[in-house]
Amino acid sequence: MKRYAIVGATSAIAEHCARIWLTKEDLDLTLVARNKERAESVVQDLRVRSPGSVIRIIEGDLVTPSSIEDIVREICQAGDVDCVLIAHGSLPDQEACQNDLARSANELSVNGISPALFAEAFANKMSISGRGQIGIIGSVAGDRGRKSNYIYGAAKGLLTRYAQGLQHRFAGTDVVITLVKPGPTQTPMTAHLSDEGPKMADVTAVAQTIVNGMAKERPVVYAPGKWLIIMMIIRHLPRFIFNRMDI
Amino acid sequence: MKLRSWGRLSEEEHPYIPLSRASSLHIEHPDKKILAHGMGRSYGDVCLNPVGNLLFTRDLDRFLSFNPVSGELVCEAGVLLGDIQRIFAPKGWMLPVTPGTQYVTMAGALANDVHGKNHHSQGCFSSHVNWLKLERTDGELITCSPSEKSGWFEATAGGLGLTGVIKQLSINLKPIESSWLDTETLFFSNLSEFFQLSEESEANWEYTVSWIDCSSNKHKRGIFIRANHSEIPGETLPAGRKLGIPFVPPFSLVNGLSVSAFNQAYFYAHKTKRGMNKSHYQSYFYPLDGILNWNRMYGPRGFYQYQLVIPRQAGQPAIDAVLDEISTSGQGSFLSVLKTFGNKPSPGLLSFPLEGVTLALDFPNRGKKTSQLFDRLDAIVKEAKGRLYPAKDARMPEDLFTNGYPNLSQFTAYRDPGISSGLSRRLMGW
Ligand SMILES: Cc1cc2nc3c(=O)[nH]c(=O)nc-3n(C[C@H](O)[C@H](O)[C@H](O)COP(=O)(O)OP(=O)(O)OC[C@H]3O[C@@H](n4cnc5c(N)ncnc54)[C@H](O)[C@@H]3O)c2cc1C
Ligand SMILES: NC(=O)c1ccc[n+]([C@@H]2O[C@H](COP(=O)([O-])OP(=O)(O)OC[C@H]3O[C@@H](n4cnc5c(N)ncnc54)[C@H](OP(=O)(O)O)[C@@H]3O)[C@@H](O)[C@H]2O)c1
Repeated sequence: MKRYAIVGATSAIAEHCARIWLTKEDLDLTLVARNKERAESVVQDLRVRSPGSVIRIIEGDLVTPSSIEDIVREICQAGDVDCVLIAHGSLPDQEACQNDLARSANELSVNGISPALFAEAFANKMSISGRGQIGIIGSVAGDRGRKSNYIYGAAKGLLTRYAQGLQHRFAGTDVVITLVKPGPTQTPMTAHLSDEGPKMADVTAVAQTIVNGMAKERPVVYAPGKWLIIMMIIRHLPRFIFNRMDI
Repeated sequence: MKLRSWGRLSEEEHPYIPLSRASSLHIEHPDKKILAHGMGRSYGDVCLNPVGNLLFTRDLDRFLSFNPVSGELVCEAGVLLGDIQRIFAPKGWMLPVTPGTQYVTMAGALANDVHGKNHHSQGCFSSHVNWLKLERTDGELITCSPSEKSGWFEATAGGLGLTGVIKQLSINLKPIESSWLDTETLFFSNLSEFFQLSEESEANWEYTVSWIDCSSNKHKRGIFIRANHSEIPGETLPAGRKLGIPFVPPFSLVNGLSVSAFNQAYFYAHKTKRGMNKSHYQSYFYPLDGILNWNRMYGPRGFYQYQLVIPRQAGQPAIDAVLDEISTSGQGSFLSVLKTFGNKPSPGLLSFPLEGVTLALDFPNRGKKTSQLFDRLDAIVKEAKGRLYPAKDARMPEDLFTNGYPNLSQFTAYRDPGISSGLSRRLMGW
């Protein structure tokens, strides 16, 4: 059985990726979550979908470096990992962050530093085994900073550079790094943006795009795919136009 | 957000409120009446609540357990029927009852107590439900089944979402040998032949359905398709590309000419398929799911579906009269579905099926002309002591509803005062 791991396994996007993976084949799957009880319910569902798979939960602090190290060590002790998806994140209230540096620091570390450190820890293990794939969930918000969410965007932007660096480091090897950039997707993270709901992408479709992109070992996967073009335009808008936009 | 149901007859503002696992209805919605909304595959206003809050249940999409010996599946309210079929058919299990589309939620199917092509052998959807968990807007949580708190169960199965919000349910899946069905296509050239074929087929065929051409009153001809699950395991179908109606045409593509041409074409296309065949369950159960958004072809004014059931004894003359009325009106719809319901009692107080014959027809919305035709059809249904299906309804008169559903007053005792829908306000006054 192939060995998979998902960090932030209660994320709706990650859960839907797991469902797709498990319908294709039985897996040995480790779910990393900060809250075991919430993860149990995900596991219950996955076990029904794939009774032949072996699924376990590791509960832990996903932010402290030593805890990240412990978690990754525990996963890799049992054998080489074929594929990891690093999915946790939180969409903060930008204004609240602006008025509270401690809060900003926390959001920057949950959305930027923590996933980067997970990637680093897994990458170090994979550099020894010489193979494996790491999917990191960034965001289209990381492509260009904007006033309504630049704390979150900056953290996601960090992941872009981080993934680039890892891709450079592992070029020509069998270690594959995929950076995933979802656009707005209907999940609990965006539930409060109520009237946007129907305009956002469906989480099942986003997960399918991620799974397909990772299977093709793409370096960057926009999900849904149209965001590749939208963000290309946004990134290239001259500043005098961009700065007049209320986004 | 502007929302329409499947018939696209209205488009009204509804707040978008996703229902979460942890939500507490009594804390979160103190001011406005709520209604649960699954996939909005109901045709009229049973799933709409324009002046209140609409809770979208699609995020509640987890399975809780499956027992591979008994076939019992426990899942959350928003799981899609299609997901169950896709995941379990390869494992040798399938839903015991399914409507003609798989894009509906489990709780939506239970709240309308849907039926399938096997009503004569399996009864309605709720006949296979072991228990359900209901959350009331006052915070009470109720677990009920046909044997425990059965009053709640009978009110909630077919209860049109009005007794509370279903959070979880347990259903028994049915073992199958294969994802394929052995089908036989037959023809009938009048209603007597249809009834005879139905009677002949009910004992040995699990599924029966027929399509009747109602564009002409000369011949009430139709195609009768019966099927059983195949015993030889077959290949699963590759996921094909779906056709779709990408935009709403400025006028209805459904008019007298296109209807009779379509009916002719459909009829002759099937003539070549007469006899025994094999069909994958996807194409047999869900023929219209292959065309995404087919409801758009009726144009910006939308369309009505009129689905009636007439008790057995009165069946043939009433269906005869209905078909005559329609072809005389010249508003004949595309193929209409005709099927007999068996004698399995419906568990729900407001479940639609009763022993007899059901007919479902689509009509483009042509305003007064259409409503006048419906008035004439209503009279026939009422006279024959039949009733209309709330899942498809957007216009039935209140007295047809109260006469058709004699258990209504018993049902009302279970209603949740914090819940209301377009349909409940129109037909029940609350
Ligand atoms: C192409 C097509 C073919 C069809 N064929 C058939 C058929 O063969 N037989 C048949 O019986 N029907 C048929 N239908 C109708 C359809 O099966 C029903 O309308 C079904 O109930 C729709 O489910 P939904 O999830 O879309 O629910 P919605 O339409 O969104 O809601 C239906 C009802 O369920 C309630 N509801 C939804 N979720 C909950 C919940 N969690 N708790 C409490 N109440 C809830 C709503 O309040 C509403 O009253 C067909 C529809 C289409 C579009
Ligand atoms: N949804 C979108 O529109 C969108 C768009 C672009 C990118 N993304 C990214 O996609 C990923 C998945 O998001 P989602 O939409 O699936 O959201 P989600 O369902 O809300 O999941 C968020 C996940 O992050 C975890 N998490 C939140 N705060 C945490 C913290 N402080 N420490 C550790 N874990 C924490 C949550 O764990 P708990 O269950 O324990 O809370 C949960 O597993 C995230 O990285 C997000 O930034 C989402």
